[in-house]
Amino acid sequence: MLPGAQDHGCAGSGCHIAVSAYGVVMEHSPVKLACHNVWKLFGNGAERVMAQTRGNPGMTEIEQAGLIGAVRNANLEIREGEIFVIMGLSGSGKSTLVRCLSRLIEPTAGEILFDGRDLLRADEREMIDIRRHKMGMVFQHFALLPHLTVLQNVAFPLDVQGISRAEREKAAHEVIDLVGLKGRESYYPRELSGGQQQRVGIARSLAVNPELWFLDEPFSALDPLIRREMQDEFLRLQNLLRKTIVFITHDFDEAIRLADRIAIMKDGEVIQIASPEELVLNPATDYVAEFTRHIPRAKVLTAGSLAREGEPKGTIAGAVNASDRIEDIADRVESADGPMAVEDGNGSRIGYIERQQVIDVLVGRVPAK
Amino acid sequence: MIALGPYCISRKAAFWLVILAASILLGQYGKDLAAALDAKWLIKFPRELTFPIKDDISRFMAWLVEDAGFGLFSFVDLTRGIAWLIEVPYAFMRGLLIDGLVFGVGNEAVQILPPLSWVAVITVVVAIGRWAGSWILAGFVGACFLYLAAFGEWESAMITLASILIAVPFGVAGGLGLGVAGFKWRWLDRILTPILDLMQTVPVFAYLVPILFLFGFGPVSALVATVIYAMPPMVRVTTLALRAVPAEIDEFSRMTGCTERQRLWRVLIPTALPGLMVGVNQVIMLSLNMVIIASMIGAGGLGYDVLTSLRRLDIGGGLESGVAIVVLAIALDRLSQAMVSRASPAHSEDSRSFLKRHPWLTTCVVVIVGTGLLGLIAPAVQNYPEAAQITTGKIWEDLVGWLNVNFFDQIEAVKTFALIHFMVPVKRLLLELPWPWVLFILTLAGWQLGGLRLACLCFALTAFILSNGLWAKAMITVYLCGVSVVIACLIGIPLGILSAQNDRANRVVQAGIDTLQTLPSFVYLIPVVMLFRVGDFSAMIAVILYALAPAVRYASHGIRSIPPELLEAGIVSGCTRRQLLTRIKLPLAMPEIMLGINQTIMLALSMLVITALVGTRDLGQEVYIALTKADTGRGVVAGLSVAFIAIIADRLISAGAVRARKRLGLN
Repeated sequence: MLPGAQDHGCAGSGCHIAVSAYGVVMEHSPVKLACHNVWKLFGNGAERVMAQTRGNPGMTEIEQAGLIGAVRNANLEIREGEIFVIMGLSGSGKSTLVRCLSRLIEPTAGEILFDGRDLLRADEREMIDIRRHKMGMVFQHFALLPHLTVLQNVAFPLDVQGISRAEREKAAHEVIDLVGLKGRESYYPRELSGGQQQRVGIARSLAVNPELWFLDEPFSALDPLIRREMQDEFLRLQNLLRKTIVFITHDFDEAIRLADRIAIMKDGEVIQIASPEELVLNPATDYVAEFTRHIPRAKVLTAGSLAREGEPKGTIAGAVNASDRIEDIADRVESADGPMAVEDGNGSRIGYIERQQVIDVLVGRVPAK
Repeated sequence: MIALGPYCISRKAAFWLVILAASILLGQYGKDLAAALDAKWLIKFPRELTFPIKDDISRFMAWLVEDAGFGLFSFVDLTRGIAWLIEVPYAFMRGLLIDGLVFGVGNEAVQILPPLSWVAVITVVVAIGRWAGSWILAGFVGACFLYLAAFGEWESAMITLASILIAVPFGVAGGLGLGVAGFKWRWLDRILTPILDLMQTVPVFAYLVPILFLFGFGPVSALVATVIYAMPPMVRVTTLALRAVPAEIDEFSRMTGCTERQRLWRVLIPTALPGLMVGVNQVIMLSLNMVIIASMIGAGGLGYDVLTSLRRLDIGGGLESGVAIVVLAIALDRLSQAMVSRASPAHSEDSRSFLKRHPWLTTCVVVIVGTGLLGLIAPAVQNYPEAAQITTGKIWEDLVGWLNVNFFDQIEAVKTFALIHFMVPVKRLLLELPWPWVLFILTLAGWQLGGLRLACLCFALTAFILSNGLWAKAMITVYLCGVSVVIACLIGIPLGILSAQNDRANRVVQAGIDTLQTLPSFVYLIPVVMLFRVGDFSAMIAVILYALAPAVRYASHGIRSIPPELLEAGIVSGCTRRQLLTRIKLPLAMPEIMLGINQTIMLALSMLVITALVGTRDLGQEVYIALTKADTGRGVVAGLSVAFIAIIADRLISAGAVRARKRLGLN
């Protein structure tokens, strides 16, 4: 077992419920990574345009200067232990933003605070140190080194730190077991399937036990069935490890499934940051609404968001958790004789939920409180 | 558009047709025109206008050797240092393979170790073959080396091999270093690229002249020339391979916290390894090619054997050495090709001891030591027994003699026919074209195809040749190169089209082309001289053989890489096979075919210079004469002129191919 990993005794697909419940608690956890007014303009003379417009160029000014506004005035606060998903279509700037956050790309302006200190002010030595010990990243196309075996690939981040062979291989074996690749240690990447390769990528990024875990479209290159399996695997790992996660995807279903909070990007701008539920209930713009329109409400809404206050008409037939998704409790509520109590994490009642509400959600009517 | 029966030609094509017709007319009647106008300068560039820079270059070289210094040390110290750097490992390698390791100098020298026995060398190459590939490869390279021993070419082959074993590490290391530097610093890459272009187009002899001047006659000069000649592709391949490493892998190295050095040596270079091995293969083959040619400045070995045989008109001996070169070239090529594919390993679970995991290394050490000891009592183990040597020299001599006796008339008839009806008219046409017209046409073509910059380049390079008074020789070069390229394309492009459409033909053609491409250019001269003796015709045949490969390869590749949907679209539209070829395949493959023609021209020019040995009268001859007289300025200027012809052709055709690709919407 990795240092820092806690087993919550949760296995299988039910896990994401537990993670989401954690998300509610997380509003009070400290900010791990924040970015303030981050800009990235590609092209010559980006700094000049920033200076001329006093740090706030408009779309037309950027275009007139022949620049590309890949990230425009991004502000994010990512809390410890949450899964923060950045969602956007191709060209929306999500990849650039995550590369600014990890400082793979130097932002044109702004500040990036990691545990309260500005990454952009760190010199090369410090940056190497931070990346060696505190950050891990998983790549879309796996980025495995073709000349190394699975074991050597996973141990590589420890190797560059100069850790002895016995020690790094011991750590590598542990994470390889964790991602379920035991027995493949001596294989070369090209001998593995896509899903297995990405498991290696995940194991490698976890080998140094990072605090901050970047995943750049980790499952986009995989087949749909494998993708789903890997998402479950990811949630299982996060339930064990409780990393602070920045997860990039262009797949809104994936975002809804995994995220504690989602930032939606369009044309380099972050247009809304919210929990999946809030996004569905209160989309900030038509663009966001367009994404959420086809999402089955039952997958997103929780019992808590539907809970009615006051006293129900009938007798209470049972209780559900406020963080339970409608999809998971629909059967119980529908077949119950009367309304069900909705309880928060501590077991105290915050309201009730009725059969008709659940049916409304399931058939896609506007849910009424 | 002008309608011409079923075909339409664009206005531009019509314009160029008119230009072509005018050129032919001018070539035919240019001399009369000049006479009528009393303007002889139209044909012959006036001597008063030339600014030959060859003497300046010679003076500069003399100054470099005699006076130049960098403060702490003089230029001569530098060249001596380089010579030492190469001489020491070369002496060691020679000792290892030929003379035995010797301690002391001159008469007091004591041999402390005998050279590797022939059995040991063959065991080592077999072991490498098995390690890098299969038993089949091992058997094949073993047979190749056994051939060298059995046919009495062992010592020469080992001299050649020793040169290659020294030149290749230098070439690879130097190429890798420059390539990495070019990858790291864009500005350096921008400086390197044109220099590499020039180095690859300057004919090989032109390298030899200044090197001969700086390092003197001997193996060191030959090795310096070989390294310089073989390095450019490695530089290019390195930069390209490093650039081709996926961006994510580079990002991974940074996210892991690699230092700059770790990023390069632990991530980028290993990831690029399969690409880099292709470069190593090229360095090996180019080194072999150059070591053979450099026998003219003292490399010794197989090339020297061929050269002396040719000079003595010893047909059998020349052919035998030539075949030995071919055998060595194919063996080295197959071995290094196998290493390219070995660069992507497969897993194995092996926990046996070191010795058992490396059976080949162990076997080699045992055989080397064993045969070394055994050789002390049984000389046959040390040196291949002379009694068992076979010579085929007599057979070859008889064969060529028989061919010449029985088919003299036929061969002569073909030669005369080609000369009278094809070669001489072209030559006359080109020589009598007024030079201002040529200058105008080239500049115009540059302007049409690539804009102002290309026009200026074409003008400047042509003017360089004119102003150095090499116009007539350059025109002969263009003529020889031109006729060879036309014939090579007439043979090669249909072959390529055939091999693209027929898998069986493809296997045969590819095998033939692969072999042709591995042979050192020098080898082509041998059979040609034996059959056709010296002269332009022999030169042309040798150039065609050497330059055929790219015409075939690019045509085949161009047709094979057409997207299958396009062919399917043609088929469902009801095209016949012929229409499919003429309406879809050929037009779409045209850019690729043009690049093939471009490569054919480049190879033809490089070969043309070597055919100076069989008595041409072009720029190649000029370089060769400069080489024999060690006249640096003359050699460099003539060499540059050849390079400039190559550059003009290359830039014009590439620009045309780019336009064609753009028009077809290909990338």
